[in-house]
Amino acid sequence: MISLPLLEIDSLTIEYRARRGNIRAVNDVSFTLEKGETLGLVGESGSGKSTLGLSIVRLIPHPGIIVNGHIKIDGTDILNLSEEEMRSIRGKKVAFVFQDPMTSLSPVKKIGAHFTELIRTHEPKISEEEALKRAKSTLNDVGILPERINDYPHQFSGGMRQRIMIALAIALNPDLIIADEPTTALDVIVQAKILDLLKSLRDTYGMALILITHDLSIVLERCDKILVMYAGHLVEYANSKELHENPMHPYTRGLLQSIPNIELAGQKLAAIPGSPPDLLNPPKGCHFWPRCPYTKEKCRVEKPLMIESNPGHFVRCFKENV
Amino acid sequence: MTIIGSVIALSMILMTVLGPWVSPYDPTAVNVSPPPNPSPPSAGFPLGTNLLGQDMLSRVLCGGSIMLHVALLSVLFCFIIGVPIGLLASYAGGVLDKVFTLVMDSLYAFPGLVLAIAIAAMMGRGVVNMALSIAVVYVPSYFRIVRSQVLTIKELPYTEAAQASGAKGRTILLRYILPNVVPSIVVVATVNFADAILTAAGLTFVGLGVGIDVPDWGWDLTKGRELLPSGAWWVITFPGIMIVLLALGFTLIGEGLSELLSPRLEQ
Repeated sequence: MISLPLLEIDSLTIEYRARRGNIRAVNDVSFTLEKGETLGLVGESGSGKSTLGLSIVRLIPHPGIIVNGHIKIDGTDILNLSEEEMRSIRGKKVAFVFQDPMTSLSPVKKIGAHFTELIRTHEPKISEEEALKRAKSTLNDVGILPERINDYPHQFSGGMRQRIMIALAIALNPDLIIADEPTTALDVIVQAKILDLLKSLRDTYGMALILITHDLSIVLERCDKILVMYAGHLVEYANSKELHENPMHPYTRGLLQSIPNIELAGQKLAAIPGSPPDLLNPPKGCHFWPRCPYTKEKCRVEKPLMIESNPGHFVRCFKENV
Repeated sequence: MTIIGSVIALSMILMTVLGPWVSPYDPTAVNVSPPPNPSPPSAGFPLGTNLLGQDMLSRVLCGGSIMLHVALLSVLFCFIIGVPIGLLASYAGGVLDKVFTLVMDSLYAFPGLVLAIAIAAMMGRGVVNMALSIAVVYVPSYFRIVRSQVLTIKELPYTEAAQASGAKGRTILLRYILPNVVPSIVVVATVNFADAILTAAGLTFVGLGVGIDVPDWGWDLTKGRELLPSGAWWVITFPGIMIVLLALGFTLIGEGLSELLSPRLEQ
């Protein structure tokens, strides 16, 4: 028996139908995620990584629509599901952790109420007490004192609130957690703690994790696979060791070089010149050519395809075989 | 501010409730004082008497009841009508929202008192009718405040988070959005309470109130106005002060509450 991948995304294309024109936020993206795997989804602002993340629970904000492709969870194409069936996936099978912990909890609800609401949405038979009991043990797992269940969100710090958000995400023991920039609003020390918490919870509960971030350095050491997005395209996809040691795409190389490194102290930090393209009028050919140091004539006119340059290492660039 | 307002408002309410027991005369009995009437404040009648020889002190003590009833009912009507419509329309968005916004804005564009007078005149006398006609005028304020709040809260991450956790639209609306809107509604309700009192007084003043057999500050204003040219200032002054105090009390509560709640709402 061949086991199905947990998540399979196939040539997914998402457009925002804005008044000034269509914006292709996600352009022909395909990848798979196995059960228990961690995936780092890296890209700068506007690269489409958050849209991609939200599409997995079908919550792309208006006016975004999926124009092409499939999203399969456990082999089921969720694009064919009814809204009712979709709701039973959200939170239960796929849970989300959002970027801003300060506003992700309702200010007028106690922490416990957030849990009971969530748990009883999906398991209506569970009693209030049972739900609270489960909430307490989950809070304990993320390092929040269970007694604080009757406190309000404003009584917690940002890092603690993010822990609570994570506790909410794991409360129903989902198969997949999508964390969209979970630490961007937090300082560096708290950031490391939260990321390590996510990693250790993944090891305990065995759920898959998609970590969406603009910071390549934080996913390199914590994720199995890394997916680099640029201007809606998947530009490189490999396991993190391979990507670190043998980056193929000039954009990935640029990102890796711009990570501060203690061994290179004193030298000027490399940066990628220019800025991402306007997706209303994307450049013809490869979206990266205006900023690429290796641009050839071909790159300006023709769109590179995804090629498997090493086993399991995919890259969207002509450089290797021009 | 809230405390001062509450003290004023509560003492006015208390006075109205206890009025019938403590007032020296039956407020509706005529000719309790020997002619000539109206007579100015004296030892026997501290606030004077009116043209019918009724004791003004008794009338002042008891006269708030109708107004309070009307204001309370109208706020209740506004609440029942304005809040659900505001919630639904703004959460659903689209055509529903556009239609209700248009209707509410057109209502809002009318001068309040004139509209209330027109509706009250159509529906006839009575406490409930007065309350309804006042409610029509103030429903748009509730609709507007609820709508603006919902539009803000709808975009906040906790709503999105609730959505991502599989909550139904109804759950999000009732359990996540409504509780966060309530503080603003309470503020609007208190301020509207004050407005409703003034409008109720206005309605009675133009003769659309309840019958003459019930003591009411609004009626006393009407009669006092007729007597004012003859120098009988006391008939209009004391009920007038009562109305102003009652409205002031509720306005202060509303302002105080909004000041108290706004830093948290802005968060």
